[in-house]
Amino acid sequence: MGDLFQEAILVSILAGTVRIMTPILFAAIGELVTQRAGIWNMGVEGTMLMGAFIAYVVATATGSIWIAVLAAMLAGGVVGLLTAFMTATMRVDHFITGLGINLLISGLTLYWFRIYIKGRAQPTFEGFENVPIPVLSSIPYLGEILFTQRILTYVAFLSVPAIWFLLYRTRWGLELRCLGENPKALDIKGLSVVRRQYTAVLIGSIMTGLGGGFLMLGFSDRFLADITAGRGWLAIVAIIAGRWMPRGVLAAVAVFALLESVATHVQVLGVDIPHQIFLALPYVASIVLLMMLRSKSGEPRRLGIPYFR
Amino acid sequence: MSDILKAVNLTKRFPGVIANENVNFDLRAGEVHCLFGENGAGKSTLSSCLFGFYQPEGGHIEIGGEIANFKSPRDAIHMGVGMVHQHFVLVAEFSVLENIVVGTHESGWQLKLTDARKRVEGLCAEYSIDLDLDARVGDLAVGQQQWVEILKALFLDAKVLILDEPSAVLTPEESLRLFRIIDHMKELGLSILLISHKMVEVMQADRVTVLRKGKVVDTVCPANVTPNELTRMMVGRDVELRMVRDRTEDAERKFETVLNVEKVSYRDGRGKLALDNVSLHIGKGEILGLAGVSGNGQKELFEILSGVLVPENGCLSLDGERIEGLPSRQYMDRGVGLVPDDRFREGLIPEFNIRENMILGWQRHDDYTNGMFLDHKQIGSIADGLIDEFQIATPSGATPVNHLSGGNAQKVILAREFVHSSKLLLANQPTRGLDLGVIEYVYKQIIAKREEGYAILLASEELEDLLNLSDRIAVMSGGKITGIVDPLTTTVEEIGLLMAGGKEEQAA
Ligand SMILES: Nc1ncnc2c1ncn2[C@@H]1O[C@H](COP(=O)(O)OP(=O)(O)OP(=O)(O)O)[C@@H](O)[C@H]1O
Ligand SMILES: [Mg+2]
Repeated sequence: MGDLFQEAILVSILAGTVRIMTPILFAAIGELVTQRAGIWNMGVEGTMLMGAFIAYVVATATGSIWIAVLAAMLAGGVVGLLTAFMTATMRVDHFITGLGINLLISGLTLYWFRIYIKGRAQPTFEGFENVPIPVLSSIPYLGEILFTQRILTYVAFLSVPAIWFLLYRTRWGLELRCLGENPKALDIKGLSVVRRQYTAVLIGSIMTGLGGGFLMLGFSDRFLADITAGRGWLAIVAIIAGRWMPRGVLAAVAVFALLESVATHVQVLGVDIPHQIFLALPYVASIVLLMMLRSKSGEPRRLGIPYFR
Repeated sequence: MSDILKAVNLTKRFPGVIANENVNFDLRAGEVHCLFGENGAGKSTLSSCLFGFYQPEGGHIEIGGEIANFKSPRDAIHMGVGMVHQHFVLVAEFSVLENIVVGTHESGWQLKLTDARKRVEGLCAEYSIDLDLDARVGDLAVGQQQWVEILKALFLDAKVLILDEPSAVLTPEESLRLFRIIDHMKELGLSILLISHKMVEVMQADRVTVLRKGKVVDTVCPANVTPNELTRMMVGRDVELRMVRDRTEDAERKFETVLNVEKVSYRDGRGKLALDNVSLHIGKGEILGLAGVSGNGQKELFEILSGVLVPENGCLSLDGERIEGLPSRQYMDRGVGLVPDDRFREGLIPEFNIRENMILGWQRHDDYTNGMFLDHKQIGSIADGLIDEFQIATPSGATPVNHLSGGNAQKVILAREFVHSSKLLLANQPTRGLDLGVIEYVYKQIIAKREEGYAILLASEELEDLLNLSDRIAVMSGGKITGIVDPLTTTVEEIGLLMAGGKEEQAA
């Protein structure tokens, strides 16, 4: 009896891990593309929050979560356009741009949220359901952990090899990585540095917006202020910990998500430690990770440095 | 011969500077045409205009007799113009092949480099260039990186090649190879615009255009002028092409030891023994020349002597005090100055302005601080004094150093280290990329420092300069000092032998 119970808990923790990974993975893999092009988008947290908020509004207003997903991506794209304008066109310091965007969106979403629910009970929506993959989902253990998930979770996991292919197996990816290492090498071939930086920021921001949208639609039924709760920052830490490689980023995101999943299961397990301590685990882990990784090997050389001729 | 690339009344301005003013220049098909001029004369700017990287404000460019309106290097590349830039534009993380291919759109959307590889291999064979196409460019020696740059231009089917000081970073042997490659290009019908400060190279060209302060002085055939006439055209006065130090008082000098290096060894990041039991000493008022092909441990030696690296074994003492293992700031506080050989990577912060770079590393000096804060007024006035003294061509001290011409950027480092050090001056290739007038000035300064009683370590690939200036010459090879010779009695052959590994290899 006890064994069965423990097994069930373990499967549930791992299935939870996979689900929790989803929004962070979208943001981290997207931001990886941006950073490989030399742009430090520090506004991941804000971009994600915007995606979540817009997804909430559209889901409750239209009742369609798929339209809400598209809206979240669009919202991410708009924030990305602003980020790209500041960093690539105006060549403002990347960190300052990101901090500005985070502050702006944190305030803006709260303000809009108040206007939206003014004078009525907070509307809710029906979120995503699991869509088991036929056949695969009946594999013992693995079926439940990996193949009984939301559709967007599958998409997030598939985006890792897809982005890897884009970065390492296409001409476009070679040029993009060149931007992060030495943009002048493209400039002297007469290729537009700015245009490629826009593309990279947009890809990153749209994926981050999507991550925010999933966070909203996959976990909850209502919006809360600052609902992203640092997941955007975790995405950035995952890139550093993963040494700017898709595989590494995936692994780092998995570690954070596992810790969070354990934390949410602690209550069920009836462990006699305040579960808030467990909730802080991913963040503590991220600090420990950063302290352990003293060298930033793998970091694109021109990351975060505006390009002037 | 017909004109293939031509600048007509070309004018290019930067904020506060006219880099090119009404320049008329023509490159004929199949010739090697040298651009010659002081640091900051506008050579690189003119080349970049011809390559479409800069757009001139006045005048125009003609290619094959027709007006070319280059909006970007892409247009120039289409017309068969290639350029090797003064400072490498390489991606250290990429392989040789990736560096050559990136941005050329030579592969389809999917990165398939088999065709490109074949073509590059063909080019390597054609020009007898020996390169591992899969090596990471950051792991290559400087000379090999230059071949990568040349392949990049050739890969794009350049008919016209602009080479901006390609030999500045090469060893004498590599330069010879470069000129064999250039000769072969000529045979294949390429036209070459070559920028160089080295008189031997200039005199080999078919024609020479002299630029001075952005204007063309004249275009001449080297056969019809002497080197002295050329330099006079360039700087407007006579320059001593080979500085010779007055040695009349040498006999009376007693060199009290300032720096003593004993059995120092150092292993680099990859475990290679970069310095192997190096012992040497330099006395007060003495110039110790350091000869050797670069890459034989010179860089590591300089970094150890300035406290940037910590030796694995052995000891260093300055004025009798042990200093190995101390932080590099301690070295500076004790009066050690370092001129590194890689100016943009190690000597300067390109985005910082000249004034800031002038005090870089010495910013805690009492002269520059006001309690906790930097005293910008004081820094500005000292820096501006140095800009005058070293004749750094710039609109103001507030210009970022990446807007300076290559030679002027080098002068910023020299000025900084010359004024701040007080005891030991470590100069690794200090004249690299400098024009002949400035080289004369730098050597005069070094001689003056010797008179003031500095101990000086001077590495140079110009053997003749070492012979003329040094009190003794140490020769390095494979991380070892293979011999220390007296410049008055040694021969170039003896030094050459020591550079090739010295007595051990002779015996073996
Ligand atoms: N990007 C830039 N912005 C501002 N000023 C510049 C820029 N590039 C060059 N200059 C200025 O234009 C002038 C000519 O510079 P250029 O680099 O063409 O000289 P150069 O002849 O190549 O010298 P060197 O032999 O030292 O390389 C210099 O005064 C330099 O400061
Ligand atoms: Mg130049």
